[in-house]
Amino acid sequence: MGTTIRINNLTKKFGDVLALDHVSLDIDPGTFVTLLGPSGCGKTTLLRCVAGLEEPDGGEIYIGDMLIFSHEKGISLPSSKRDLGLVFQNYALWPHMKVDKNITFALEIQKMPKAEMEKRVKESLKEVQMEGYEDRYPREMSGGQQQRIALARMLAYRPKVFLMDEPLSNLDARLRMDMRAELKRLHHMSGATTIYVTHDQVEALTMSTKIAIMKEGVVQQFDTPDKIYHFPINLFVADFIGNPKVNLLEGEVRGKNAVDLGTFKIGVDTFRADGKVVVGIRPEDITILDHPEPEAVEFNAYSVLPSGADSTIVARLGTTELTIREMGISKLRMDDKIWLKFDAKTLNLYHKDSGNLILS
Amino acid sequence: MTSVAITQIPFSQRLTATSRRFFRWLTRPQVVLALIMLVIMFYMVIIPLYKLVETTVTWQSSDLSRNPDAEVGGLTAFHWVRMLTGIFGRIYTYTPLQHSMTIAIGTVLLSLFIGGSLAWLVVRTDMPGRKLVNQLAVLPYIMPSWTLAQAWLVLFKNRLAGGAPGLFEYIVGQSPPDWLSYGPVPIIICCALHYYTFFFLFVSAALMSIDSNLEEAGELMGASRWRILRKITIPLVLPALLSGFIMTFSKVMGTFGGPNILGSPVKYYVVATMIRGSLAAGDRSDAFVLAIVLILFAMVTISLNQRLVGTRKSYETIGGRGFVSNQSKLRDMKKVFFTAVIIFQLLVLIVPLGLLAYDTFLLRSGDYSFSNLTLQNWIGQKNPLYNDGEPGVLLNPRVYQTAWNSIQLALYTSFFTALLGILLGYAIVKGRGTRLAKLVDQLAYIPYVIPGIAFGAVYIAMFARKIGPLPSLYGTFALLVVVSVAKHIPYSSRSGVSAMMQVGHELEEAAQVAGANVWQRFRRVIFPLTFSGFVSGFLLTFITTMRELSLVILLVTRDTQVLASLTMKYIEAGRDQMGNIVVLLLVLITVTGNALIGRFTGGSLKKGLGM
Repeated sequence: MGTTIRINNLTKKFGDVLALDHVSLDIDPGTFVTLLGPSGCGKTTLLRCVAGLEEPDGGEIYIGDMLIFSHEKGISLPSSKRDLGLVFQNYALWPHMKVDKNITFALEIQKMPKAEMEKRVKESLKEVQMEGYEDRYPREMSGGQQQRIALARMLAYRPKVFLMDEPLSNLDARLRMDMRAELKRLHHMSGATTIYVTHDQVEALTMSTKIAIMKEGVVQQFDTPDKIYHFPINLFVADFIGNPKVNLLEGEVRGKNAVDLGTFKIGVDTFRADGKVVVGIRPEDITILDHPEPEAVEFNAYSVLPSGADSTIVARLGTTELTIREMGISKLRMDDKIWLKFDAKTLNLYHKDSGNLILS
Repeated sequence: MTSVAITQIPFSQRLTATSRRFFRWLTRPQVVLALIMLVIMFYMVIIPLYKLVETTVTWQSSDLSRNPDAEVGGLTAFHWVRMLTGIFGRIYTYTPLQHSMTIAIGTVLLSLFIGGSLAWLVVRTDMPGRKLVNQLAVLPYIMPSWTLAQAWLVLFKNRLAGGAPGLFEYIVGQSPPDWLSYGPVPIIICCALHYYTFFFLFVSAALMSIDSNLEEAGELMGASRWRILRKITIPLVLPALLSGFIMTFSKVMGTFGGPNILGSPVKYYVVATMIRGSLAAGDRSDAFVLAIVLILFAMVTISLNQRLVGTRKSYETIGGRGFVSNQSKLRDMKKVFFTAVIIFQLLVLIVPLGLLAYDTFLLRSGDYSFSNLTLQNWIGQKNPLYNDGEPGVLLNPRVYQTAWNSIQLALYTSFFTALLGILLGYAIVKGRGTRLAKLVDQLAYIPYVIPGIAFGAVYIAMFARKIGPLPSLYGTFALLVVVSVAKHIPYSSRSGVSAMMQVGHELEEAAQVAGANVWQRFRRVIFPLTFSGFVSGFLLTFITTMRELSLVILLVTRDTQVLASLTMKYIEAGRDQMGNIVVLLLVLITVTGNALIGRFTGGSLKKGLGM
């Protein structure tokens, strides 16, 4: 049922601010694509351009083979002709209509027969596990229930493309976890191509087929969660993704296999790099030892922060500070001597000046 | 790469693309509406203003008697020179302006005192019956503004302007002094007792929005009560005071009823009454010069206010949610204050209305004995001995015709105003940030700075002759509707904007994505959600139109007479009792209407004032 979405050089200005700067994305049928980035990065603008709620100032958008927007040709199909559904952050249920009317609104416009409409209401309510709520007004339901109805409203008219604008951000943490699973399941069942906007990296990593990380109107990296996490294309992406944050250490390439970080040297595979670089090390890629070993560097356990399933350890050596993630509750005490071991295969090297990943 | 691609596209294709984009922009609902609104406001506000100015700087056919050589339509400074210099200028412009200023400033000071103290008592003290006082305090404003002036005459009329003297002389046996019967003192008192509502509403909103913690913080730091009042409370209330000042000032400058009843009989003219006098004398250009002077005055004061208070504060909400508010303990003074306030309310509401009512039951005016009581004025048959042979008001077909005119006028005006409000609100809110929406917003504000009587004058200038597709409307009922709707535009756009703001834009977008076209979106989402705003806007306009005098006084004719102008006509003809009956009917209608609003929509007077 899914369809491709092709976005070509899309540009959108708000006054002097460039909200979208030549954005291009090729989205495969049936995938779940997340637009991720800090607030003001243009992710919502991009979604609204696809929905037809904003008119871009340049570029093209195709849904399947259908050209829905082209600045150069002066074409812009109205939202109603784009065959897509949109779920809003604040649900946007019509407060003066009961649940069933909210759901049948789009169907009535399509002049669907009554019996069919009733069937659709039942089906879509079942899909979001809200059977029996037909006669409620939106204000008579909790936030989570309203969001389910908003989903049902979209599912009922079976659009080819699902658009979701931070649909979970108004829910509390517990409910958000449950809804993530539900959403992923819904996507799996319907197979509709989905574009999902969020600023929550966990949401993006857990649900997406592909993530587009955006900053200041530019797509920084468009890739699978795995690639985004393990091979961030630049320092912005590396820093944005991951919790606790990636360790970024400045240094200089020395010889073929080492970077001098000032306080210590780290072994890396540097055959393509020279000069000043930044080394990116994920907190979980560092091993903590309680005894010296060749190649292990002695650090001081500056702070130990156990949090149940894992522990975060902040280690210091002179001015160098590293964050390390260890499974389980750490037995370390503050100011213990520790030895850290690094794995050359897990490190990423970036040019210091451009901030771009050095591919090995 | 893209730039290369663009240059390769042939010109004709680029032209089609551009025209498609332009057409799409043009057919956006907010753009279409904004453009329609611009055209409407252009015809209703801009052209009339232009015509007004034009009339004062060109020769009119009425000038031919003074200057036979004049070429009608030719440019001249004649009217301005005449009205602003020499003895003519003194009599026709400067003295009335001085009178208007005297009355406006006097009214402002007195209403500040009344409104301010009432607001403080209601918001910040533990006086009993505060809720009741709060409700009663806005009633005088709901009644026609000249009601009190009529009641004043019932009480204090003397023989200065002819006619039977009032109750005072009947009881005391002595004629009240001239300054108490007519002129600035009674006008100021009557205006202040009507317009103090502005100060009351503004100041109580401001007092409510002040967090007592601010004052308590000062107290904890050891500041004295006086210091706290001076350094914290007053600066915080100051914007509200300034707003009240300007609102009252500009309203009084343009008010007609009170000065006409209490000033004109003794030749104490203000600008508003002078405008009407000049028009009646056929000196249209003279009247228009005065109207422009009045408009300029109002514009200067309002822009001064905006400079001082910040842009448009006076016009927008000053309110806010109430915080923790500590109440001053009145202790022993509780009863004193309470009694004083109740007496005040009696004096402002019950006594005047009682006097008016009593007066209407007198057979011969001036004789207040019980033996003189009659129902002749209400339900009497035609009798050449009384009221020039006109039957009692309730049997008078002319009164019914007039009342029907009033009701029709109020209904049409309310409907179009409320409709315009929603459409303006949509155009402004949806187009937020665009120059077009801003322009609409600013144009909608213009009628606000034009005093009522001047607005009427503007419309004479505009619709005396046929302009473009518009027929000459002078003397028609339609003109009254048009002028009333136009004058209400600022309020309707304000309430329309706030109604639209409450409908989140996502609600419409959700419908848009679900496949609804513009009309379906309006019908199924926007109208249902703004309907309560529509209704309360409708009812409030109904009331204000019912009792509006200054705006229509210059435009009514024999056939388009409304209740408000009928009172004036009766009073000017010396038939005060008939006038009193009509004004009582008006009070009944407006007060009932207000009660209905409170009951059905929860709308308040504040909304109607655009606050």
